[in-house]
Amino acid sequence: MAYVAVKGGEAAIAAAHDWLAATRRGDPAIPQISTEQITQQLGRAVDRVMAEGSLYDRELAARALAQAQGDIIEAAFLLRAYRTTLPRLIDSEPVDTSEMHAIRRVSAIFKDMPGGQRLGPTTDYTHRLLDFAEEATPAASLPPVEPAPMPRVTDMLGAEALLETDVCSEAPPGDLTMTPLKIPAGRDVRLQALARGDEGFLLGLGYSTQRGYGHTHPFVGELRVGEVAVSIVPPELGFAIEIGDVVLTECQMVNQFGGSISAPPQFTRGYGLCFGHADRRAIAMALVDRAMRAAELGEDVTAPAQDAEFVLSHCDNIEATGFVEHLKLPHHVDFQSELETIRAMRRDADGRV
Amino acid sequence: MDGYNFAYLDEQTKRMIRRAILKAVAIPGHQIPFAGREMPLPYGWGTGGIQVTAAIIGPDDVLKVIDQGADDTTNAVSIRRFFARTAGVRTTTKTAEASVIQTRHRIPETPLRADQIIVYQVPMPEPLYKLEPSRAAAKRRHALADYGEMHVKLYEDITRFGRVAVAYDHPVMVNERYLMSPSPIPAFDNPKMHMMPALQLFGAGREKRIYAVPPFTEVKSLDFEDHPFHPGRAEQKCALCGGTKSYLDEIVIDDQGGRMFACSDTDYCESRRA
Repeated sequence: MAYVAVKGGEAAIAAAHDWLAATRRGDPAIPQISTEQITQQLGRAVDRVMAEGSLYDRELAARALAQAQGDIIEAAFLLRAYRTTLPRLIDSEPVDTSEMHAIRRVSAIFKDMPGGQRLGPTTDYTHRLLDFAEEATPAASLPPVEPAPMPRVTDMLGAEALLETDVCSEAPPGDLTMTPLKIPAGRDVRLQALARGDEGFLLGLGYSTQRGYGHTHPFVGELRVGEVAVSIVPPELGFAIEIGDVVLTECQMVNQFGGSISAPPQFTRGYGLCFGHADRRAIAMALVDRAMRAAELGEDVTAPAQDAEFVLSHCDNIEATGFVEHLKLPHHVDFQSELETIRAMRRDADGRV
Repeated sequence: MDGYNFAYLDEQTKRMIRRAILKAVAIPGHQIPFAGREMPLPYGWGTGGIQVTAAIIGPDDVLKVIDQGADDTTNAVSIRRFFARTAGVRTTTKTAEASVIQTRHRIPETPLRADQIIVYQVPMPEPLYKLEPSRAAAKRRHALADYGEMHVKLYEDITRFGRVAVAYDHPVMVNERYLMSPSPIPAFDNPKMHMMPALQLFGAGREKRIYAVPPFTEVKSLDFEDHPFHPGRAEQKCALCGGTKSYLDEIVIDDQGGRMFACSDTDYCESRRA
């Protein structure tokens, strides 16, 4: 029965796939979930799959979620495997998040500021009481949200020179999907890796910095969520045209810094940016980004989150799940050699007694 | 609320928390582990404070909840509603009227009385965690009252910056024995803890620790004879009540660098304007 039955692997695989298909579908008497239902009602799962799958397409992410029986990492894997087949036609212009149509914008460092605090559709202040109502209460009709200019909170601090200035580079950013990771990695590549890294891993690492393993004195300067226009410059036109919008979450972390030989005491930055509405991912990303800047800022590198090589090598959950789960593949050849070795060692040890 | 006990937690849980509180009161400043429960608000929102409040509150109590000194901040509103809903207790924004005050990051400006209890929400109960991340190792330092590292850290601040670079959560010695985190209150508030007539309880839900400062207990902010502790505040006066002695929030009013300063303690500010 088990797969170790030397032959018959082909039939076993076919039978397993049939069983999987039946399990995925569940009771045929229950209606199948549509892709629209998933994009409409499981939006946060779709956002996470797009981020970790590194492809902004709500419908494909929903499709992947259904196919993966709701397993987020499996769904992200499906999306990545599809993404790799797509031709790269053109690079977009950098998106400008200061022009974001923010549905949510909060700052933890000022009680109020120009543009105001806007909670948006957040669970932050809900009481987590399991709701036993069969049907969700229909949403009250909401007044339309007026897009208001919202200057970046970090620019307000920057005006007083209390916050380090961000260096703007014209160099094309690195791309992990086109060139392999090299250590040491520039901040562009580190941020790309984090943006598509495993949310649980980022969360755990970010949390570890808060508990003393590479502390960074963080404050959320600003967290904003909303649509940003994506534009491209087609070579035949020579000017930018908008091709669509993506929903992004951006976190600007402000961290205390004691200064160094070359820099006065000031606040430093940690940055998080990701697809969809994902506060947790953006905040964790900003914590880990700042932690990985320890060496650059002359801080001691002692904790896991500060070790860029450690973080970057282990944050990708498609790589990680593959290698962790591969342990269930047949390893009996290696194990046979281990058996022989341990028996020989045992004989030697027994002989010494 | 239907289907839930008074103040959400069941009575066995409350009894467990009260036992931890009694131990904490008996050993001022010492962190007592307790079997913190999952609460319907996330860790980091004040689950420790909420559990302590739930364990001590009675139907006749009057509850005030502040966050950053203010009754109207989102999290304070949420927690106040939680107790109004689950315990049906009377709530207030007036410091003097409250019998239990739950707070995040401030101590009210109005001095507290012996018939009041203040419950602090604590994110990191371990004052040594930035110097010694292992809680097992930190526990040993507490047992031996070995706090040299913290003094060295403050000394290094003074040699590098000419001052102690700790603006909030400035560590305190309680009853000349235990080093304690005052929770992330501004250093400005630290002196209020010293010989306070009210019972001070501290709850850390995620880290599962409770500690306490009994009434009229000595609380000393760490410092040096030649660099005495300095509780700081913005030098401005409150734009609303004109106060010069209260802790102030800095509010950005335009993107040209315009600023306004106002009392963080909204009740104090309103009572001065009334």
